[in-house]
Amino acid sequence: MNVVILGATKGMGRALARLCAERGDRVFLLGRDATDLTRSAADLVVRGGQGAVAGTARCDLEQSDTFDPALADAQHALGQIDAVVVTAGLFGTQEELEADPARTERLLHVNFVATVMFCEAARKLLLSQGGGTLCVFGSVAGDRARKPVVLYGASKAGLAAYLNGLDHRYYSSGLRVICVRPGFVKTGMTAGLRPPPFAGEPDQVAKEVRAALLCPRPVVYTPLVWELVMTAISVLPRALMRRIKF
Amino acid sequence: MRASTRIAGWGGVGTLGEERLSEDLVSATEGVPLSRGLGRSYGDSAVPPASQPLVVGTVLADRLLAFDEASGLLRAEAGLSLYELNRIFLPRRFFVPVTPGTQFVTLGGMVASDVHGKNHHVAGCFGEHVTALRVRVGDGRIVECSPELHPDLFYATIGGMGLTGHILEVTFRMARIPSCWIYQETERVPDLDRLLGALGEAAEKYPMTMAWIDCLKSGPAMGRGILYRGRWATEAEAPKRAPSPKLRLRVPFQLPSWVMSEQSVRLFNAAVYHQHVPQVRRGLVSPEVFFYPLDSIRNWNRIYGKAGFTQHQAVLPASAGRGSVRRFLELLTSQGGASFLCVLKDCGAQGKGMLSFPMPGTSIALDLALRDHTQVHIDRLNELVIREGGRIYLTKDALTRPEHFAQMEPRLSAWQKVRDKWDPDHHLRSAQSVRLFGDKP
Repeated sequence: MNVVILGATKGMGRALARLCAERGDRVFLLGRDATDLTRSAADLVVRGGQGAVAGTARCDLEQSDTFDPALADAQHALGQIDAVVVTAGLFGTQEELEADPARTERLLHVNFVATVMFCEAARKLLLSQGGGTLCVFGSVAGDRARKPVVLYGASKAGLAAYLNGLDHRYYSSGLRVICVRPGFVKTGMTAGLRPPPFAGEPDQVAKEVRAALLCPRPVVYTPLVWELVMTAISVLPRALMRRIKF
Repeated sequence: MRASTRIAGWGGVGTLGEERLSEDLVSATEGVPLSRGLGRSYGDSAVPPASQPLVVGTVLADRLLAFDEASGLLRAEAGLSLYELNRIFLPRRFFVPVTPGTQFVTLGGMVASDVHGKNHHVAGCFGEHVTALRVRVGDGRIVECSPELHPDLFYATIGGMGLTGHILEVTFRMARIPSCWIYQETERVPDLDRLLGALGEAAEKYPMTMAWIDCLKSGPAMGRGILYRGRWATEAEAPKRAPSPKLRLRVPFQLPSWVMSEQSVRLFNAAVYHQHVPQVRRGLVSPEVFFYPLDSIRNWNRIYGKAGFTQHQAVLPASAGRGSVRRFLELLTSQGGASFLCVLKDCGAQGKGMLSFPMPGTSIALDLALRDHTQVHIDRLNELVIREGGRIYLTKDALTRPEHFAQMEPRLSAWQKVRDKWDPDHHLRSAQSVRLFGDKP
């Protein structure tokens, strides 16, 4: 499988890139920081051999002019692209975001506007080569708004709506869209937060997401148990949602 | 909500504070007094000082940066775990040159503790195989050091308990192994003299040796135990398949403190001793079983309950003779120190790390549940260690008194000088350095 990953240097993206490298896939890494990309590429080469990494390119969600050149580099290096994966995104707790409007604006912009614009670029590229998989990390926070993740959840809910529509519109053209909805996963992003029950590990997410890349489905909850958790939360009455803390 | 969490050593001694986890150690370590890996040091060496309860958690900084198959040289970020390293490199027939008794440690921790293992008598400590370190020193600078480049910092950092700098990257030489299986022989030995003799003999023939002893047994059978000796199996001996990963159990919650009573430990020890039949057993085992028997039970520290436990590991110099081990065990059994794990290992030459623990002689490691009298027990054991000319292992320690440590460690002032040179204000410190070296609490 030839996979392009935006956000492969950290957290779940790092875990996914490692799994792909160890299973014999070829990955192309996109990210903000050239040094960081080089170090992650080295890590993947030690794990999966020279063939594991096709290359790296600088791509910053906050600089939309980096999207097309980075994707073109990836296509040039890989030939056919099987999947473009986006794990990059920002996070802040509700308290942190409420206290800092500038940070909130940036988060909403990166997680929704910028990610959608990147997906548009990736979509065009995938369609131009006859199809492929676009796999984007949303969050269970985008399912039903909850007190601790109102702003972050809203950015991911918007993204989920976009991905859903993309699937309807381009399925017949060969585009396979996956919206990954991780539950609480122990990464640098959630460091310092108290892990709830069912908190997952990045390695587990990587396994489930790679399986989804091989056999795409529009929505992937990961770890799987979060599908049940979110189903339960979705049926809670509003009066209760106003009271409970999570 | 971001909340403060309990930051504790493996034995349970700790403080409330914040563990800052980050993939990027360079920015995370700025202005922070201490780094911490997987938290397997038993005492307070990975616990931050109370007035600045902030540590950098290194486990997310776990990238492999370079590996040269021909030389075995490997460079990686300090948070990489030994577990991951084994997972990747065992099938390729490479293994760390020295491994401690658990694989849930990070490379940074292995350097800071200058860990030793069953092969100490032939391979020395982990630090002997380290060729370079990248370190953030007390004034914030990032420094590469090696035996050639800033050797003072290099050797002060190996075994320096993270007090000379945040360890960011480690370069060391992996060892080639003939197979991924171990040929092991275990032997039940009825008393201390014969056990020490057998340990010495085994060391001449086998690269890996250690002994478990029933340290509650006094009288003529004092020091009875089981000797372990092993080597990597040859390619011809070993099965073609790789060992399958072991099932891991968990201790789901902290057991009540009475579980580890003297009676229960006495029964446990007797059972372990007597179930070893016939007297000598031989066979192939996986490295996991051989090196990391306790890893099969995650959170095994919970068996000691809320009160927690400490470990006391001391090395008694060969120059003090075998009688020193006998005197140590006599003191231990007279105190009634219930230890369910008591491990003997004959150590080889002293390492180059300025505070590195082992010296030629016999190392004795034991677990002690924390009770009201534990401090007194530790003090008495330490007084004996001082009389015999030995020293203790800081990675295990939570209770040693500063004056005792100073008496055991004639090398301390030389190490302090290097520390003062690189960090005159002692920005870098831990609860342990506050306790033992008088750093600002």
